[in-house]
Amino acid sequence: MAVALETINLVKRFSGIVASNNVSLQIAKGARHALIGPNGAGKTTLINLLTGVQQPTGGRILLDGEDITGLSTHERVRLGIVRTFQINQLFNDLTPLETIGLAVSERRGQGLDWWRIVGSRPDLVAEVVEILERFHLADVIDKRTAVLPYGKQRLLEIALAIACRPRLLLLDEPAAGVPEDERHEILAAVAALPADVTVLLIEHDMDIVFSFADRISVLVNGALFVEGSPEEVARDPRVKAVYLGEEVADA
Amino acid sequence: MLTILFDGIAYGMLLFVLASGLAVTLGLMNFINLAHGSFAMAGGYVTVILVNRLGVPFFASLPIAFLASAVIGFVFERALYVHVYKKPHLDQVLFSIGLVFMSVAAADYVMGSGQVFVQIPKFLQGQFEIYGIGIGRYRLLIIVICGLLTVALQFILANTRFGSRLRAAVDDSRVARGLGINVNWVFALTFAFGSGLAGLGGALGAEILGLDPTFPLKFMIYFLIVVTVGGTSSITGPFLASLLLGIGDVAGKYYVPTLGSFVIYTIMIVVLIWRPQGLFSRAASR
Amino acid sequence: MLPSPISIRVATEWLSARARWQPLEVAFWIVAFAAIWLFPDRHLILTEIAWLGLFALSLDLILGYAGIISLGHAAFFGLGAYAAALLAKYEIINEPVLALLVAGLAAMALGFVTSFLVLRGSDLTRLMVTLGLALLLRELANRLGWLTGGADGLQGVSIKPVLGMFRFDMFGHTGYAYSLTVLFILFLIARRLVNSPFGLSLLSVKGNPLRASAIGISVDGRLIAIYTIAAGYAGIAGALLAQTTSFASLEVFSFDRSADLLLVLIIGGAGYLYGGLIGAIIFKFMQDYLSALTPQYWPFWIGLVLVVIVLVGRDRITSWTAPFRRIASHLSWRTLARRISAASGERR
Repeated sequence: MAVALETINLVKRFSGIVASNNVSLQIAKGARHALIGPNGAGKTTLINLLTGVQQPTGGRILLDGEDITGLSTHERVRLGIVRTFQINQLFNDLTPLETIGLAVSERRGQGLDWWRIVGSRPDLVAEVVEILERFHLADVIDKRTAVLPYGKQRLLEIALAIACRPRLLLLDEPAAGVPEDERHEILAAVAALPADVTVLLIEHDMDIVFSFADRISVLVNGALFVEGSPEEVARDPRVKAVYLGEEVADA
Repeated sequence: MLTILFDGIAYGMLLFVLASGLAVTLGLMNFINLAHGSFAMAGGYVTVILVNRLGVPFFASLPIAFLASAVIGFVFERALYVHVYKKPHLDQVLFSIGLVFMSVAAADYVMGSGQVFVQIPKFLQGQFEIYGIGIGRYRLLIIVICGLLTVALQFILANTRFGSRLRAAVDDSRVARGLGINVNWVFALTFAFGSGLAGLGGALGAEILGLDPTFPLKFMIYFLIVVTVGGTSSITGPFLASLLLGIGDVAGKYYVPTLGSFVIYTIMIVVLIWRPQGLFSRAASR
Repeated sequence: MLPSPISIRVATEWLSARARWQPLEVAFWIVAFAAIWLFPDRHLILTEIAWLGLFALSLDLILGYAGIISLGHAAFFGLGAYAAALLAKYEIINEPVLALLVAGLAAMALGFVTSFLVLRGSDLTRLMVTLGLALLLRELANRLGWLTGGADGLQGVSIKPVLGMFRFDMFGHTGYAYSLTVLFILFLIARRLVNSPFGLSLLSVKGNPLRASAIGISVDGRLIAIYTIAAGYAGIAGALLAQTTSFASLEVFSFDRSADLLLVLIIGGAGYLYGGLIGAIIFKFMQDYLSALTPQYWPFWIGLVLVVIVLVGRDRITSWTAPFRRIASHLSWRTLARRISAASGERR
């Protein structure tokens, strides 16, 4: 099994709270790996550590065997680690055309061009238009992101990550907040991802998890609790106890 | 040299009283109020008018200066500042700069542009010696009054209901509101109190800092240094920062007069690069 | 699925819409240059508007396009002013345009070296360090009196003719033409810059720095770059002041300068490049008018304007000018051409 991403004893402490507790995770190349766990388990913290938004207190992160622990977020994007955010993080005053255009031109190394007018490279524009059409955003291509309906914004969120041509894609609850009738577009987009892209998916919706993932890791209180194939995890009584225990506590 | 230390401590404690209101306002409302110095100036001029022109005894004029600035602060807060709380920081900066300009010009118009001094009572003038240290009487008074104020502030914050409401509102105003704390009232009273303290500081400081219409501009940077270096999450932070600043400024001007305030600005920039949240504050939760 | 050629063309048009020269823009610059011949008696104030506009343009680059609030932009302005004045006084560089460039480079260097100060920290921290830097320079200039003339200012500066041909005169004729040309050239460069992919990335950094870095943009790198460029522009503006008045004083570093500059940009509106220029025009005429009325207390009225602008709301004020801007954008070349041909068609 070729390992795309590996963490070794990853620890993150915030003034007394241990958000990530010795997480040693391995994600295979081309895997559809899901990360689940009760609220507050530290899933988003882990994504933040993997993408460089936060620095670990201890431990290492390896991408294709290379240590990337010290790299900044944008450097990791250059290496192919791209994420989406649980709450849409978009550029409210830019249009989808401009937004995707930014990602594509950045990826092509043309992001620092200061003499060229935006839109003067037809091949770049063609790629941008293609991505937007693929994600059903062609009808809102020139509208300010802020005025788009939530479902379209969510699609843009994912399209933006795809535009960076990731090798490892980290999806943080892609279907969060999306109304039932618009979910299928999101799910179809996720399912249509190329097979050589490794995907780590955080989700609460178990239907999505079990239909999508070929391997599941369960995170509880910042530590890896159980790992295995969907069937193994579904059958594991400890997992049920963790989730059921949480439900009992809520009631 | 110990005289320098003494003078520096006096200066530092004065700065603390002046800037403490700003620290609380910033920590409480996350509002950058560059016009804080204007309230100090108001207190200073009130004292000048009372003592120099109306013959009111110096010690009586101090509480009046406090009250006057507190009332002005309260009125401005309810009438103007309250509309600007939710605005972006740039607007707050523009707003308070506008107030500074207006207050400077108004002071120039009403009081004239020359520097004025308070006629302090005879027994406060001059200095006496203890073990070879020159103790300025006025500066000693400043240390005593400011020391008492600091203790009182700490007591109010830690031991009274208002204090705990204030601390709650600083920590998280939304939750505080949810708990039934009248946050608007807390804001107004705190702002008034902070302005009053500034006014008192202005009254006390007129003698050693010099009072003229450009006071808010001259000392703006000092107040800002106190709150950014000291942080806004405690009283001790700004207190220590003020002492550091006071001693540093006095010592700097004495030992390295060619560089003057240069030293202070450099220290400030260095501190802010090294610890943007201030030397003494805990990590910001915002 | 290949996108149809029409879609690409339309998309390209949309993307480059910002960069197209609008008729009103062309009119603006034609009038500005025509003023050289049309309003010779106003050249002094027009020169001030020119360098003030350039100074405000430089602030727009960092505030309107990158979201950095600076209270100390006068640091670069002042450095440029003193650099140009000193170069002229000690006859190190006699040709004004060359001296201008050197002064601009000096300011750029300072901008680059201090850019890391504005990368971290909250708005207040940035405000503080930028303010601190300007005050520091002012203090430095004050102490180095043997070099800068101290509180009296730098005397005895004489500026040689521009390009060896155009002598500076008392009435500001050369001064205005010179300043306007410099402003125009730098404006063209800035215009190109903000409409480029680099410029678009600045907007993304301003709007959502977290997401910008998440799509591979080096936020720090962009901020350093634009801060450096803006510092250079400010330095050139300061050099223009020094060269057109043959004087430089401590006041170029003052807090008043930085504060007035904020007002200038806010009046005109930040984020579309013309805001600084329009704001400079309005501010200078306002200042002229008010200081004739109340020579000593006009800062009061400036302060009042600031307070009112904030209370009324900057967005509400820009919404008053929105009808004008909508007319401006509708007034594209195509509609103009249509109107002209319709009018001439009727006459035939």
